[in-house]
Amino acid sequence: MIALLRVAKFVVSLCSLLFIVSFLPGQSVYSQDTASSVNNLPPITVKAYDTENDAGSSITVEWSDPGYWRREGFNGYRLSRKNVASGIEDSLDVLPTGHVLHEDRSVSDDSSYTYTLAVLINGANLTSTSTEVVRSSKQWFDNRLTWVLILGLIICGAVIYFIESAKRGTKLFLRRIAGLEAIDEAVGRATEMGRPILFIAGIQDMDDVQTIAGLTILGSIARTVAEYDTKINMPVCTSLVMTAARETIKHAYVTAGRPDAYNDDMVRYVTNEQFGFVAAVDGIMVRERPAACFLLGAFFAESLIMAETGNSIGAIQVAGTAMPAQLPFFVAACDYTLIGEELFAASAYLSGEPRQLGSLKGADVGKAIAMIVILVGVIATTIASAWNSESMLWIENLLRQMFSTG
Amino acid sequence: MGLIISIIVIGGGLLWILYLSIKGRDVDRRIVYLFVGTTVALAIIFRLEFGEVATPIVKSVFDKIENLPAGSKIVLSYDFDPAMAPEVNPMANAFIRHILEKKHRLYFMSLWATGQSLLSVSLDSVLKPEFPDAKYGVDYCNLGFKAGNEGVLNVVITNLRKMFPSDANGNSLDSLPMFKDVESLKDMDLLISIGGGKPGVKEWVLFAGDPGKVAMAGGSAAVSTPLLYPYWPKQLIGLLGGTKGAAEYEAELIKRYPRFKDKSMPALRMMGPQTMAHVVIIAFIVIGNIAYFRSRKKGEQS
Amino acid sequence: MKHQIPMLILSAVGTLLVVSVFVPSAQHWGEDATLYFDIIAVFAFFLGGGNLIRVHTEKVSHKSAGWIYSVVTLLGFGIMLVTGLFKIGNPNGIAGDLSKSGSYFQLLFQYVMSPLNSTMYALLAFYVASASYRAFRAKNTEATILLVAAFVILLGRTALGVLLTNWIPAQLSVLQIPNLAIWIMNAPNLAGQRAIMIGISLGVISMSLRLLLGIERTYLGGDS
Repeated sequence: MIALLRVAKFVVSLCSLLFIVSFLPGQSVYSQDTASSVNNLPPITVKAYDTENDAGSSITVEWSDPGYWRREGFNGYRLSRKNVASGIEDSLDVLPTGHVLHEDRSVSDDSSYTYTLAVLINGANLTSTSTEVVRSSKQWFDNRLTWVLILGLIICGAVIYFIESAKRGTKLFLRRIAGLEAIDEAVGRATEMGRPILFIAGIQDMDDVQTIAGLTILGSIARTVAEYDTKINMPVCTSLVMTAARETIKHAYVTAGRPDAYNDDMVRYVTNEQFGFVAAVDGIMVRERPAACFLLGAFFAESLIMAETGNSIGAIQVAGTAMPAQLPFFVAACDYTLIGEELFAASAYLSGEPRQLGSLKGADVGKAIAMIVILVGVIATTIASAWNSESMLWIENLLRQMFSTG
Repeated sequence: MGLIISIIVIGGGLLWILYLSIKGRDVDRRIVYLFVGTTVALAIIFRLEFGEVATPIVKSVFDKIENLPAGSKIVLSYDFDPAMAPEVNPMANAFIRHILEKKHRLYFMSLWATGQSLLSVSLDSVLKPEFPDAKYGVDYCNLGFKAGNEGVLNVVITNLRKMFPSDANGNSLDSLPMFKDVESLKDMDLLISIGGGKPGVKEWVLFAGDPGKVAMAGGSAAVSTPLLYPYWPKQLIGLLGGTKGAAEYEAELIKRYPRFKDKSMPALRMMGPQTMAHVVIIAFIVIGNIAYFRSRKKGEQS
Repeated sequence: MKHQIPMLILSAVGTLLVVSVFVPSAQHWGEDATLYFDIIAVFAFFLGGGNLIRVHTEKVSHKSAGWIYSVVTLLGFGIMLVTGLFKIGNPNGIAGDLSKSGSYFQLLFQYVMSPLNSTMYALLAFYVASASYRAFRAKNTEATILLVAAFVILLGRTALGVLLTNWIPAQLSVLQIPNLAIWIMNAPNLAGQRAIMIGISLGVISMSLRLLLGIERTYLGGDS
């Protein structure tokens, strides 16, 4: 009996010891039978397909790992490729844990390939079976952008329709934009005071549509300036804007019948450096004390520095930008602010030309679409989440699909 | 002690201005400037500091870097100029410390010409002295500046070598081990842009992170941060906004890695002056409103 | 002719860029067009630099008011240009990285340009204060809401917000000022920003179409 007890005690002690040892680092039971555990796992599955919506020369290889990556000694996956025609095999890459997909961009559209994936565990390679033969090709249309194209065509179609209908003489209503109405008043004030006006077209180059919008307004202002015989001063921070602004002002002076009054020095290049430019503009404001300042274009952190300096010299200020972060600064420091789209509408508004006005009406169609979609989306999402309505969920998913490019 | 002196000086002055406003006197803008200047100066002199706790928007960036497996590839783009540097450079330095501490691979680049020189300062003042074991070309590399704004991103998202055939020192990318498995930005595990202008975080989201389906984080000057909120948390996994964001990140870094406690953490230091300046601005807004209501009352009476 | 050729280039490149978005195999056209713009913009630097030198040289030679500042401008321009172009003092010579520590360009950048730029940027702190003082008045209901939001954001962006409201229990943590500040930025502010952005995007579409169709030509020195 005592011997039996001793044997039982020994067995229990041995089991306890084994249990404790199994938790010691590097001594896990798990690691001891790695090979057998790995062998017990189902084989890794790999598939290869032509990368979608690309310009060709790309094959995507995707695999699902049933758990090899958890094994001790796992060193990654080695991906190999075989050219079917030539039989040449290439080892592509060793990919660490976490990768389940690789885009091979070193293939030719003229060749076919197969891929194999090896799991590297303690130097041993466990190779998957080859994928089916795959060939890359280019796509002529990015399917992810179908809805973008459709919506774009509707909006552009609406713009063109309204331009055409305006050309045929349809009367279009345009709400009053106070900032643009104030331009004549500002230039008139400068004339009365015998002081110049200052125009800043933002700090971006000609590849920014806000700069172009600023220059189109400059055309109207320069014409009024030429008619009133006031001085205009325009420091710029890029050379291309300098050239374009000179052409714009020159044409305005010619149109106003005063080509002799035009001078190239009305537009001066200062520097491309953002705050160097601000320092120069602030200096000009303080020294020359313009009666009116126009800040129309793309502005960044310098917006408030310029606008506050203009405010401190008592100039009447009209600002406009499509940089949402800068709008509050302009609203706080300027007399009139063109908010976002108003900047782009300004040239049409000022010219009063039917074709241009028509383009604004077309953009309104876009706004109507946006409003309807937001409204429907909010209602559908709310109902879908509150009452689990499948039809509403379908609408929600459709809208998500329409407005995502993923 | 410093805090008490600051409160007495600034509080006394503000009470005097409040009294003048109640009497109907207008506050000249130069008085406002004087108060902001004095407040900031006092906070710097007396080294006023306040504790920071990471908000979710900052914490998510920290956690992402923290949880990536060692050896992950992270791009850090210096898209700012010296003007913005005091505000956003602390973010860049905190990222460098965190990324190298976690043994990730760090790829520097810049879309701003001025960014390259500022990056050079970070390399000399943070990376080299604090991580002497980090090897160039293996643990970190500097791709340098490339002109072309978002056009650069448009190209590097599909082909990095087309825009950057060599690094800033003229070494071919193929000669650097850390580019062995990198063909484009799509091969990166995380993209981080630090900036506040254009091109900046927004352009990175639109032309790299989103189309390339690569995780993206950003650091931005406070003034431009509101513009980036629409991209969080989907297109941007997290965002550091201004000095506050940088200070939160620094605080989290120190909390997780106390060895950085003795290192320079400028954002945490700057939060003292910023807090005091905010208090003064709030005080002036209150004074402005008292003066406004008083003048309106007078107007109604007369 | 002077206006027709630029218009033609604009329409062709504009259409190309739109097509390159939808057609994967044409994506590089868009990239190439962007690169060409950059190349042209680089050459245009000469125009700007030339204009700067001419204007300031004239000021110095005529001894116009403030001519001494023009001397400073010309000197600054010349020194930066020469040290950068010839990489003076660069440890790796003319082929090395311009921003290597030790190069004169880097020294000028670090110790002259950086502090000057930061100084200009720092002015924002003062201007934000004076603009806030003027703008945030509780004139009506909307202005009062704006004022309250400004208070929350100002406090929420500092440690003071935490100190003032960290007594609020975790269940009501949304009422803590830093969380309220995040909510304001994320909900009402974001909704407003998105609305403005939608308007801007539609404005850009309308403006771009006017440019592509040649209706808008003012910036080319033509009639709209």
